[in-house]
Amino acid sequence: MLRSAMTWLVGLSLSAVGSFANAEWGVNMQPGVTEVSQSVFDLHMTIFWICVVIGVIVFGVMFWSMLMHRKSEDSKPATFHENLTVEILWTVIPLIILIVMAVPATKTLIDIYDAEESDVDILVTGYQWRWQYKYVGEGVSYFSSLATPRDEINNVAEKNPNYLLEVDNPLVVPVGKKIRFLITSADVIHSWWVPAFAVKKDAIPGFVNESWTRIDQPGIYRGQCTELCGKDHGFMPIVVEAKTQADYDAWLAEQKEAAAKEAELREKDWTLEELVARGEKVYNSACASCHQAGGEGIPPMFPALKGSDIVLNDIQEHINTVVNGRPGTAMAAFGKQLSEVDAAAVITYERNAWGNDTGEVVSPLDILNFKDGQ
Amino acid sequence: MSAVIDHHHADHAHGPAKGLMRWVLTTNHKDIGTMYLWFSFIMFLAGGSMAMVIRAELFQPGLQLVQPEFFNQMTTTHGLIMVFGAVMPAFVGLANWMIPLMVGAPDMALPRMNNFSFWLLPMAFGLLLSTLFMEGGGPNFGWTFYAPLSTTYAPPSVTFFIFAIHLAGISSIMGAINIIATILNLRAPGMTLMKMPLFVWTWLITAFLLIAVMPVLAGVVTMMLMDIHFGTSFFNAAGGGDPVMFQHIFWFFGHPEVYIMILPAFGAVSQIIPTFSRKPLFGYTSMVYATAAIAFLSFIVWAHHMFTVGIPITGELFFMYATMLIAVPTGVKVFNWVSTMFRGALTFETPMLFAVAFVILFTIGGFSGLMLAIAPADFQYHDTYFVVAHFHYVLVPGAIFGIFASAYYWLPKWTGHMYDEVLGKTHFWMSFIGMNLAFFPMHFVGLAGMPRRIPDYNIMFANFNMVSSIGAFMFGATQLLFLFIVIKCIKGGPKAAANPWEGAEGLEWTVPSPAPYHTFTTPPEVK
Repeated sequence: MLRSAMTWLVGLSLSAVGSFANAEWGVNMQPGVTEVSQSVFDLHMTIFWICVVIGVIVFGVMFWSMLMHRKSEDSKPATFHENLTVEILWTVIPLIILIVMAVPATKTLIDIYDAEESDVDILVTGYQWRWQYKYVGEGVSYFSSLATPRDEINNVAEKNPNYLLEVDNPLVVPVGKKIRFLITSADVIHSWWVPAFAVKKDAIPGFVNESWTRIDQPGIYRGQCTELCGKDHGFMPIVVEAKTQADYDAWLAEQKEAAAKEAELREKDWTLEELVARGEKVYNSACASCHQAGGEGIPPMFPALKGSDIVLNDIQEHINTVVNGRPGTAMAAFGKQLSEVDAAAVITYERNAWGNDTGEVVSPLDILNFKDGQ
Repeated sequence: MSAVIDHHHADHAHGPAKGLMRWVLTTNHKDIGTMYLWFSFIMFLAGGSMAMVIRAELFQPGLQLVQPEFFNQMTTTHGLIMVFGAVMPAFVGLANWMIPLMVGAPDMALPRMNNFSFWLLPMAFGLLLSTLFMEGGGPNFGWTFYAPLSTTYAPPSVTFFIFAIHLAGISSIMGAINIIATILNLRAPGMTLMKMPLFVWTWLITAFLLIAVMPVLAGVVTMMLMDIHFGTSFFNAAGGGDPVMFQHIFWFFGHPEVYIMILPAFGAVSQIIPTFSRKPLFGYTSMVYATAAIAFLSFIVWAHHMFTVGIPITGELFFMYATMLIAVPTGVKVFNWVSTMFRGALTFETPMLFAVAFVILFTIGGFSGLMLAIAPADFQYHDTYFVVAHFHYVLVPGAIFGIFASAYYWLPKWTGHMYDEVLGKTHFWMSFIGMNLAFFPMHFVGLAGMPRRIPDYNIMFANFNMVSSIGAFMFGATQLLFLFIVIKCIKGGPKAAANPWEGAEGLEWTVPSPAPYHTFTTPPEVK
């Protein structure tokens, strides 16, 4: 009932503008797709309507006074200036309204906080500026980065409907299961938000926060990072793909197989070209947002790699910087984020791209040896 | 007190000194008030220009004018300058000018400190603005500067930002001490506490809030300084520190801070509405108690800014209930203002237009505040444009309309001339329309899912962002009209009587317009 009344009101107020059916004029929260997000939506609408009613009464009296009690209407001012009874009334009545609001709010909150007895646990880690998803106990883990092409952001190509809300590897979850998100961060504070689930939890370094959802319908749900986390805060979206159990199981099996293959790759004998080709992809996903696609960086915060002394000359220091990061700066320890193959590929790429033509190959075994030697 | 009076008695015939040194060395509350007001207006234009950059970039999806790293510097410095450079000094300026006149005091209680607290401000904000030209850019971590983004990951200029905050904080604390000392010690005989004008009452309470929380802000930025330069780990999890503790300390300052920015506006509006309703303020006593209740509650609601950080459920519930409670005293104030207007004889000169718009639009900001208080719903609103809409509704038509209303109300007293009423009303209507066009659609995009502090957005948010930007440009340009109106009023205009408003009451209207350089050198008698 409330929703239809809201739709009517909104339709009325926007009919002057036209094109109400167009989502680009959307004025309200989307109704939820889970039990929790639906109850949050209902709560939102309830408070909204309480506020509307109070507003109509208060502003009604005010506009009545402004129209009827003008000096130009020959209104003689009254002199009353105190009345204990009304003061008590307008203290107690709002108090009662607040209690009425607090009851359903408390109920929903308790529900949201009950993350016990989950079926699937997923560790969500925020990085500047992408998300890592790790399926706890399954040995499956991957990064999820923005997939929107730079040309769309720079207004060279036309923007697609999922502009800035699309990723390379979405989070895949089964429907009908209680999914628990364990949320943390590897650098600054991020916040993981999917509006359709009413799940928003800060990803904080040193903390593991909990949240959960149970999705009824298969589909694709989109969200964004909502805590300012630096330069590309606006460019680290979240995409969740909810699949049926059978599809999910098949997907998970595929991921495990790919993970096993990845381990074999470490032993492979890599050529320079292979490493550079792989390294370019890794670089664009993990490094380019700071050090820039052309390696020129944004000094002094993000130093240039093109023509850098370490990159051109000091292999050990180069590996050390990538694997262990630079404490006290924005340079993270990528040893934990990248596989040995990817770390080797990206270092080889950096040493051979943008005119850094050293011709040197850093192999996955070099990385492994470096890590073992620590 | 007698020493002060003797001093002024000896100097009785002295007018202001001549030349630039008058302003550098002045200890006169009217001079210092004027400087505070001009300074805050300059900062308002500076912070406003940054808002124009932000709105221009957000006019369309895609990156057009600025890159994300510069965009972040704009949002950060816009917030810092508007909060610490525009709104707070404007209210201190009003306090300097009006509190001695309203309580019948010859000057502020601590005039030399008054001079110092003003002159710290240009230093503080000179320092802050200079960071924009440093290598690596200015502060880019949001005006709330959450660690570790503002420590380990900050640009090198963050140290200058910290010192700027220190200086602005020292200035605020000294200003607050001065205001408390003046109100408690220099009231004219017969001016009991419960006879004080509400503007004085709200400032007294605000000053106590300032003294309580500005040291907390100084503490938190000092801890940042230690983390950055001295190897401590207050906010660094890897060293055993706690990034969430930063937020607790920041918001323990930050929430009272938002009331510091609105309580004096409550006071000013409580002077203006009775004047133009020609009817005494309804519920004076309850207004005083409501202000005190809001101030008290403001200390125990800070974590409602942190509902998503993972506070345990009992904590979450406590902060939700406490926050909802603020609606009660705030409601009392709104009901009292409406009752003051009810059955009055209303006229709508510019100060009254701003005051009435204040009540309506601040109440809308209050409604969205109540919605934000509901923790489960806040999970959807938090850090979206819905929050941006909310706090701009309480700050722009709240604090800033309160300041405009005060400026028009007291301009005749300050300059001795009436301002141009037609231009004043034009300023009001353009501001009113521009501001609503700019900020109302932000509720919509926020609910539809647009996070705050992003330089670019999905095309589904495009239409309302364009509307917002158009409204913002209109609001921004209109403020140049205000500058023109004020200069015109200083230069000339119809002579203002001692009391230019038919319904105005209070000691400030018993002295001539413009107010002489020294007033109440012998205290007036208050019956």
